Order: sequence, then structure tokens, then C-alpha cells
Amino acid sequence: MKTTEIAIIGAGPAGLSCAVEAAKAGAKVTLLDENLKPGGQLFKQIHKFFGSREHQAGTRGFRIGEQLLKETEELGVEVLLNAAVYGIYENKTLAYVKDGKDHALRAERIVIAAGASENALAFPGCTLPGVMGAGAAQTMINVHRVLPGKKILMVGSGNVGLIVSYQLMQAGAEVKALIEAAPQIGGYGVHAAKIRRAGVPIYVSTTIKEALGTEAVEGVVIHSLDEKWQPIPGTERTLDVDTICLAVGLSPLTELAWMAGCEFTFIPPLGGHVPIHDENMETTLPGIYVAGDITGVEEASSAMEEGRLAGVASAESLGYYDEDTAKRLKDEIWQRLNSLRTGPFGEGRFKAKIKQLQARRQLA
Amino acid sequence: MTQKIGVKYQGFPSDEELAKIPGVPDAERIKKGPVAFIECAQEIPCNPCEEACPYGAIQVGKPITNLPKLDPKKCVGCGNCIAACPGLAIFVVNGARDKAEISFPYEYYPLPKRGDIVDCVDRSGKVVTTGKVLRVVRAPNYDHTAVITVKVDQEYIDIVRSIKRLGGPEHE
Repeated sequence: MKTTEIAIIGAGPAGLSCAVEAAKAGAKVTLLDENLKPGGQLFKQIHKFFGSREHQAGTRGFRIGEQLLKETEELGVEVLLNAAVYGIYENKTLAYVKDGKDHALRAERIVIAAGASENALAFPGCTLPGVMGAGAAQTMINVHRVLPGKKILMVGSGNVGLIVSYQLMQAGAEVKALIEAAPQIGGYGVHAAKIRRAGVPIYVSTTIKEALGTEAVEGVVIHSLDEKWQPIPGTERTLDVDTICLAVGLSPLTELAWMAGCEFTFIPPLGGHVPIHDENMETTLPGIYVAGDITGVEEASSAMEEGRLAGVASAESLGYYDEDTAKRLKDEIWQRLNSLRTGPFGEGRFKAKIKQLQARRQLA
Repeated sequence: MTQKIGVKYQGFPSDEELAKIPGVPDAERIKKGPVAFIECAQEIPCNPCEEACPYGAIQVGKPITNLPKLDPKKCVGCGNCIAACPGLAIFVVNGARDKAEISFPYEYYPLPKRGDIVDCVDRSGKVVTTGKVLRVVRAPNYDHTAVITVKVDQEYIDIVRSIKRLGGPEHE
């Protein structure tokens, strides 16, 4: 059977950062991803990232991805692409399909960095072609360079909805409106301001009544909601759109962690059921770590920091770092992580993460 | 339903919110020459503007969620911060000449050319006047964020913040 020291599932921002840190420490690292290219969602992030300047804020996301990829190559990380991990079995053995064949990989440590998937929204007409996740639309325009439609309605005002609206316009589409069921815009005001300047109206307390069309989306009816989130009769408006993008949140991709037997806790602000982990990102199963959106939906910058943390901690547990060195490295990462979780947008996540760590202590 | 005012509801800061931003230049300073106008009204973890300023005129400090604070006395209006801001929320205004000059970040193709007469929009995207393009700067360190400067009538100095996209669709 093929063996490795640290197997990392998912080559997105968390997985790549984890691979770099663990390989830097000297560990033998194998990184698996079901896609044909590594990078996860990083390569479709064409906007400049927020955060701290010393950690690449102001740099466009795909360039951060290119840099991480280069580092994994230089450090000799083994990258298995088109490799879908479908099971974690006894003795930290992974089962994966690559090139139509089953393979097994036995690792001493496993890091699950599987990411998250887009939530759907049910409404009459939601199965019509032309209704898609905002992330899917972003992949089409920024990776495959295909415009999914010309006249877009964006549903959801979190940063994903705001950023993808902007990028759809950069790609040449018209965004007819962005609607938000809550009474306030969810994402950063500066992202909202960009699309407002470009002429996109944002309607809060508004949702979809139905999508129109028989073979594909030919229009959409939206209506306003009252304080109790109930539709207000007579507020229906029809918009001429051919595409409806849904940016209504993400859910952690936790299947492998469930299957492995990790214990979970339920924290709605993080996306629902999330694996319990400690300050080292280690789950309730010794030697199995988690990092990135699987631990609770945040954004790429915190996913990268969590990946680094899991990389340092897993390498330390294999003896590649002494306790003092590892502590210094981990403290630095925690400082940066905490700074990403401050302010009115970060506080909720900070508290949710504390709750997740407390859940671990309660079990101990 | 009446429209509530402010960045959380409309997607751009109200006049009241803009006035509260630390170090926002006053009318007197704007009349003296180009100066940065930072429209970052929410405490988000972000600080590239601080390092982008070669004059030390922008301070974020710690925690990183502090709003950037401009020192209008130190700021010379060089505009380095415009393309450095990931939120595209920094502008440079110059009220020293007979026409107002407004510089803003722009990330759409096609780009306007120097001398073009363009439709200028306010923070809500509404066309409020026309202006003349004075400069289109695409420095390598701007990484594809162009910085455009337009000349408009003085009364629009606090209003115009971008141009209508060229070749873009009509918005009502």
C-alpha cells in the first residue's frame, strides 16, 4: 500500500497552506484533490484580498494561489489530482478514485480541508436552466471564461453575492439587481459601494416569488418582505433576466469527517454541523486534523491561516518541530487568525470559534 | 416602504457616515490641492492603504479593524492608495482649480481615453453630469486597477465618484 506521513484532502487555500507548512518542517506530504487543477476556489478570486498587508492583502486571490502552488512544488509536495477521496478507514487509510481506479493511501496524519458547498434556495421555477450558484457563475466567468447569461439577478448580499455581481459586470454581463431577504446588506459596505456605483440597485427585505420561463429562465418576479419576513401583497415586480445567481450561504463539506468518526457540534453561524477541534486543529480523533471551511465557513484568508496551523501542528506531532519552535509558530498564526476575526463582521465568527474550542475542552 | 439611509441599507455611505470617517478632508483643505478622500465606513480587517502611502498620511495601526485615519496635512494627493485599497474605496479630490478633479479606481474594460467626454456617476450609479477624462493611469504596481481622473464642475466635487461603464448596458 502507498504510504505517506501527512495526507491532506483538498488543495484549496487551507490544504495548500497546510502542505507548505508541513513540508517546510520536513514532513513527507501528499496532497489530494478531486479537481484537475489545484487551488480550490483561489484561482477564481480575481479581486484584491482584504486583510493585513504583511499577509498578502491587496494581492489578487489567484496570485496568492500561484505563489502557494509554486511553494508546494519547490518543497517537493506530492500532489495527486483528479483524485477523489471517498473514505477514511482504520489506521488512517484513505480510499480514493484516480483515473477510474481505486487506490488506498496510508498516512500517519490526515488533514481534511474539503471546503464547503453552496446552499440552494427553493422557489417556483428554481429548477429552470439559468438558476445557478453564484460560485458556479464565478467559476464559469473567471476559470472557463464563459458568460452564464447577460442579464443577471443576484440573490444574497453577503460578500460572495456582492463580489460575484461585480465580477459578472467585469466579464460583460448586466446585473439587473441584487436582492436580500434580510433588512440589511450582509457583506462589506465597500463591496456593495462598488456595484452601486456601477448602477446596480440593491433591494433589502426582498426575495424571489418565482422564476418565469418554460425551457429556461426568461424573467423573475420579486417581492418585498415585512418585519416578520412575510411577503407583502402588491409589491411584486418583474425583472427581465436570463440568469438567477444564488449567493445564500455555504455549508461545510463534512462527510469525510463524519465517516471517520469525528465528533461534531452544531454552530449555526459557522454553517451548521462542524467537527470539534482543538487549538491545533486536531479533531476528536488523534492524528486527524481539519482546516478551512469544513471547520466553519469563513473566507480564504482565515482558511489559509487554519491550514498553516494544522500544518505546523501535524508536523510537530511527528517530531519535526520541538515544542518551543512549534509554539512560537502557532502563536503567530493564532494572532493573525484572531485579528481576522475582529470588528463588526468578525466578532460573531470569533465567538462561534470560541464555542467550538470549548466543545473540545468539555469532551476532554 | 421608505428607504433607510446608510451603507447597510443602500450599499454606500450616507453624508452623515462620510462625515464621521476619521481625517476626512474639509472644504478648506480640498481647495488647497489634491487630497485623499477615504470612504471606508466599516471596521473591517484590512490595512494595505497604510503601507501604500509614501508620506505616512494614513494610519490604521492595531487592531487591524481600525478605520484608516487620514492626516490631510501630510497627504499630497499622490493617489498611491487608490489602487492599493482592495475595497476600491479611496478617491482623490482636487478643488484648487476652476474645475474640480476627481480620481477614482476603475476595473472595467474598455477604458476611457484621455480627453474623452464621459458620463459621471454619483455613489448610487446615477449619471449626474458629464466630465472630461484628464488622466488614465495604469502603473504596474496598480495590478490592473486603473486610476482615472475626470474634470467636472465644482458643485460635483463631493458627488461624482465614478463614470458610467463604457459599452455597458443602459440602467434606468
